[in-house]
Amino acid sequence: MRRVVITGTGMISPVGKTVRESWENVVAGVSGVGRMTLMNPEFFTSKIAGEVKNYNPADYFDRKLVKRVDRYTQFAMIASREAFRESGLEGHIHPERLGGIIGSGIGGIGTMEQEHKVALERGVHRINPFFCPMMISNISAGRVGIDLNAKGLNFATVTACATSGHAIAVAMDMIRMGRSDAILAGGSEAPITLTGVGGFCQLKALSTRNDDPERASRPFDRDRDGFVISEGGAVVVMEDLEFAMARGADILAEVVGAGMTCDAYHITAPAEGGEGSARAIKLAMEDAGIGPDQVDYINAHGTSTQLNDVNETEAIKTALGVENAKRVPVSSTKSVTGHMLGAAGAAEAIFTLLALKQGIIPPTATLVEPDERCDLDYVPGKARKADLVYALSNSLGFGGHNVTIALKKFTD
Amino acid sequence: MSLESRVKEIIIDKLGVKPEQVTMEAQFDTDLGADSIDQYELIMGFEDAFGLRIDEEEAAKLTTVGEVIQYLKKQGIEE
Repeated sequence: MRRVVITGTGMISPVGKTVRESWENVVAGVSGVGRMTLMNPEFFTSKIAGEVKNYNPADYFDRKLVKRVDRYTQFAMIASREAFRESGLEGHIHPERLGGIIGSGIGGIGTMEQEHKVALERGVHRINPFFCPMMISNISAGRVGIDLNAKGLNFATVTACATSGHAIAVAMDMIRMGRSDAILAGGSEAPITLTGVGGFCQLKALSTRNDDPERASRPFDRDRDGFVISEGGAVVVMEDLEFAMARGADILAEVVGAGMTCDAYHITAPAEGGEGSARAIKLAMEDAGIGPDQVDYINAHGTSTQLNDVNETEAIKTALGVENAKRVPVSSTKSVTGHMLGAAGAAEAIFTLLALKQGIIPPTATLVEPDERCDLDYVPGKARKADLVYALSNSLGFGGHNVTIALKKFTD
Repeated sequence: MSLESRVKEIIIDKLGVKPEQVTMEAQFDTDLGADSIDQYELIMGFEDAFGLRIDEEEAAKLTTVGEVIQYLKKQGIEE
């Protein structure tokens, strides 16, 4: 079976417009969460968000494209360009052997709202002719294909907050099977809109710690009260190991396994004891051919909701056994990024990769007093140096979707 | 602002082209790079700006900047 490696990473997030900037802030525990500015938050219960700071689309795209590409797709394109640049693939791969698997939890909800308003106020014949191709949740994959001349397999995964975890897992399988030599895999989200935020508020899923935005996303903490909605994009370039070696690529990490399951339990609540997530973790370890004693770090889904953090803790204990679970550092970088939904899985895979590569475990920066049911080592407050070989990254989405990615530090 | 400048402004805005490209003879498709959806959006832009409806048959005939200006003048739009 072909081995799969990552050779490029790209990200635009509430904590930075590049991977480097985002990572530095994640390690330093600098929050990207603040009072919401993209929407008037007056009527929302949650008035805070992780917004991409000082974002000006004209810095990246010409005028025409800015108007025809939803914000969510812009983020995917920006992250893809950065990842592609870092990979050095340009000119070294036949376009038909370069794929794209880039999804979104929601898609172009901002465009949807805007054109719905036009339709109601001015009539359906005033709907922007670009509405459909701007709004659909697969268009980022298509746009990135055009932007980077990726003419191979191309589609989107759509599994809410597990979207880009699935993109990476599926891309790994596609490369293993020989369907593609390299794939841009990831996701993006731009959900800070009237119905995007309003909808999650109605689910009581969002933190209402409006007076302390930077400490509102506090995964595993006793006083956590929901997730913080965020936006961004994250993409990795994945490649067949031999293909990457042959062209002398700088290999960042190996993707050694993935596990995917469904809770088949409830549309939004995790299964009791994190049963579905536990199976995904086990499957990922099995696929990677490692035992629970070999896991050196877990980047948790860690959303800061009551249910997720307790059940994910249980899932880790079930999958690794209590002894190993208590030994392994587990952190949630959502403590500073907030929850980028469809971009979260790929963003966190990148943080996991950097943890392996640099030997730094990013902290759960905002954790002060752990919930008594959350009794693992969550790396509270400060980053930690450690020599890591294998790491896991969990992503869980509404619908009961669970995916775990296993990464390995790359050594020849 | 003259009718000509208003039309040019809409074209520049919708198609993201440079002002010097927007000559009277410029063809929307070959000279200004507009595909069929771009051209439909452009028509909607003229309709909004000048408060009229251009039916599809008429719209299909408007292939250059000059033709649009002529058409609008014929509809009684001057400035």
